[in-house]
Amino acid sequence: MFSGPPPSDYFAIFGIEKKLALDVEDLQRRFYDNSRAWHPDRHARAGAEQLAYAEEASATLNDAWRALRDPVTRAEYVLKAEGFNIGEQRGRDVPPELLEEVFALNMALEEAREGDAQAKDDVAASLAKFEGLLREIDAERDRIFQAYDANPNRETLAGLRALLNRRKYIQNLVRDARAALA
Amino acid sequence: MSLFQIDFGNEDKPHKVVGIDLGTTNSLVAFMDLTAPKVIPGPDGNPIVPSVVSIPEHGEPIVGSAAMSRLISHPDRTIYSVKRLMGRGVADVQEELKLFPFHIAAGSESVIQLELGGKRFTPPGISAQVLRQLKKNAETYLGESVDHAVITVPAYFNDAQRQATKDAGRIAGLQVMRLVNEPTAAALAYGLDKRNNGIVAVYDLGGGTFDISILKLHDGIFEVLATNGDTHLGGDDFDNLLLRVALEDIASEWGVDLSGDQVAVQTLRRAVIDAKHQLSTLAATTIAFHYQGRAYRRELTRDVLEKLITPIVNKTLGPCRSCMADAGVTPEQIDEVVLVGGSTRIPLVRQAVRALFKAEPHTELNPDEVVAMGAAVQAGILSGHVHDKLLLDVTPLSLGIETMGGVVSKLIHRNSTIPATAAETFTTAVDGQRNVLIHVVQGEREMVRDCRSLARFDLKDIDPVPAGMAKIEVRFLIDANGILNVSAKDLRTGKEQTVEVKPSYGLSDEQVEAMILESFAKAEEDFNERQVREARVEADRILNAVDKAKGDDAYMELSDAERATVDNSIAELLLAYHGENHHLILDKMEALNKATMKLAELMMNTAVRGALKGTKIDA
Ligand SMILES: Nc1ncnc2c1ncn2[C@@H]1O[C@H](COP(=O)(O)OP(=O)(O)O)[C@@H](O)[C@H]1O
Ligand SMILES: [Mg+2]
Repeated sequence: MFSGPPPSDYFAIFGIEKKLALDVEDLQRRFYDNSRAWHPDRHARAGAEQLAYAEEASATLNDAWRALRDPVTRAEYVLKAEGFNIGEQRGRDVPPELLEEVFALNMALEEAREGDAQAKDDVAASLAKFEGLLREIDAERDRIFQAYDANPNRETLAGLRALLNRRKYIQNLVRDARAALA
Repeated sequence: MSLFQIDFGNEDKPHKVVGIDLGTTNSLVAFMDLTAPKVIPGPDGNPIVPSVVSIPEHGEPIVGSAAMSRLISHPDRTIYSVKRLMGRGVADVQEELKLFPFHIAAGSESVIQLELGGKRFTPPGISAQVLRQLKKNAETYLGESVDHAVITVPAYFNDAQRQATKDAGRIAGLQVMRLVNEPTAAALAYGLDKRNNGIVAVYDLGGGTFDISILKLHDGIFEVLATNGDTHLGGDDFDNLLLRVALEDIASEWGVDLSGDQVAVQTLRRAVIDAKHQLSTLAATTIAFHYQGRAYRRELTRDVLEKLITPIVNKTLGPCRSCMADAGVTPEQIDEVVLVGGSTRIPLVRQAVRALFKAEPHTELNPDEVVAMGAAVQAGILSGHVHDKLLLDVTPLSLGIETMGGVVSKLIHRNSTIPATAAETFTTAVDGQRNVLIHVVQGEREMVRDCRSLARFDLKDIDPVPAGMAKIEVRFLIDANGILNVSAKDLRTGKEQTVEVKPSYGLSDEQVEAMILESFAKAEEDFNERQVREARVEADRILNAVDKAKGDDAYMELSDAERATVDNSIAELLLAYHGENHHLILDKMEALNKATMKLAELMMNTAVRGALKGTKIDA
């Protein structure tokens, strides 16, 4: 028989401790192993109770895999678990320190669309700058991840939310710039 | 591995589970034969059962090829491509109504009611006829009863369409163990898992639907990364286009518009389909159509066909690109491409696929059979015969609930691996409020009006508390079939909360139950009918024999009274013969047997004497 409901915690369902810096390959291996064990198709001939357990465990596992494989959604999950309010992120407002750069990129994108060959170089230059920023943000993010894993308290995460918002915003700019150059 | 133990102890003895491809155009059934899937032939030796059902004036519905020939002789009693109507309301199918000879009755808002020969049928009811035929074919072939099945559906089918397919299975007396997406089934059949960690694209263009799925393979796990498609795109669209062109052509040549003449339209439809098929291998052919003493012949080249259908073929490319984007792969990362569905025999389609994915597509397996074979593999997984494979599929459409101002709040995103869950807490707006109504929709758009309504869930008998105090947690679970299940809990009391489901489209549970009962009653009726039929065959035999015996010399040896008894018994048997009670027929046969016993003996003696005489002569 099954002892109680399957765990609802995303880390627990993988049988791992709560950590922000994760080995995604290891996570994927666990995802496949646990899927083999729990997927309802493996319990099709079992009683209703076992089947319900399998369905529940699989569903949580699938949701957990979706959330934890990506550093951003993983961080969001932990932020939420630590009681931070993570509302709908629009990523529309320009971070003030980026105003000038964003303006320059938008100008260049506009000119490139109108067929200005020179503008493409400007887009490329902007793109390089933003890609550099992304790398910095990721490095900062990883530092926070490690700090939290070493000492999991709420305060460590204070700056993470803002950092992720900034990242989302820049990521969108990078996507647009790449599309314009492609 | 896991921290959690699962008890594998109490598994039942495996039943035979078959795999069924319930197609728009053609349907097939397959099973796992030792280690490989195998399609099951029908009585005519052909595994393909055309998804056509005809309702004759008397007797059983006719299914398959026999029904297909009735498309021309009885167009008003015969229906095809009914899959296009599954899980839909009349407002959804206005386009098909222009092109298909569906007669839809009033009151078809949430379930379409088809009128055939003065009777009413629902799409699941018609599909159940096709399933019953496949079940029968499987039972005859396997020599055992078949009550469990895996049925395939287009990957892009929504909740209502899946539910309708499941209902059809139940009406046909099948326990539907699982609905599997057609492209995923095809991938299973190909056994491409031999290669590790490959990325596979499955392009499925059949008669009525188009699906594209991208899968990642990993040691026997088939993980669907993304799926996309169009439930209204396929070979039917080519046919309708060619049909329209030919009708216009005929109108200008003959000066008559045949588009309202069902017999003419169905005959011409057959002719253009034949031409379309030929052009997959030939460069040119002729559309030949004879009608009421007139002949129409039109040369059609592959070039012209390709020009005509290019816009339709191109409509498949957008979903392919979206699918790759959602899967996060580029064409270069795709290792294998698999073609499924009869319409992928068209060279232009193959060319489009090759150009898009920059790969030579697989066509080794018969595109008509591969989906049913995959369904059989999945049946093997469920019945415990196949251990090394596992399918991780996704939901094709996002699931959301209606919020203020008709805006959708998404709970489960498209391409989420299923089973998938989401929970949402609801409260009350007014003091003492007893009900909360939740409107669930499927689709990708922001506004409710642009999505498809799935169902309304009524949370009932909420404890009366001040506004905002109630806390009802509603759990949405999309199961492995891609079908939504909803449960709710009152977080204050911890009690399960009653949820009443009002599906926006489809049959209610009661309706399905009623149809199952009706089919049982039907089965009884059928059984009785068969017994009467068999009794009559027997009676014919006896009546013929007695008739012949009356000409024998022995008959004159009977007394007048004996001859009168024989005549009486014959008359009584004839009376019973025309009734519907097989017991009575059997009784009267018995009586006639008795009445003719002496006659039979006399004839036997005569025969023996004759034989002895013959012996003497010979000697
Ligand atoms: N040789 C062919 N050339 C072109 N189209 C074909 C050919 N053979 C079959 N088809 C088309 O394939 C469709 C049926 O494919 P199938 O995979 O059986 O469909 P479904 O899954 O919708 O039942 C029909 O539109 C039929 O006309
Ligand atoms: Mg098909």
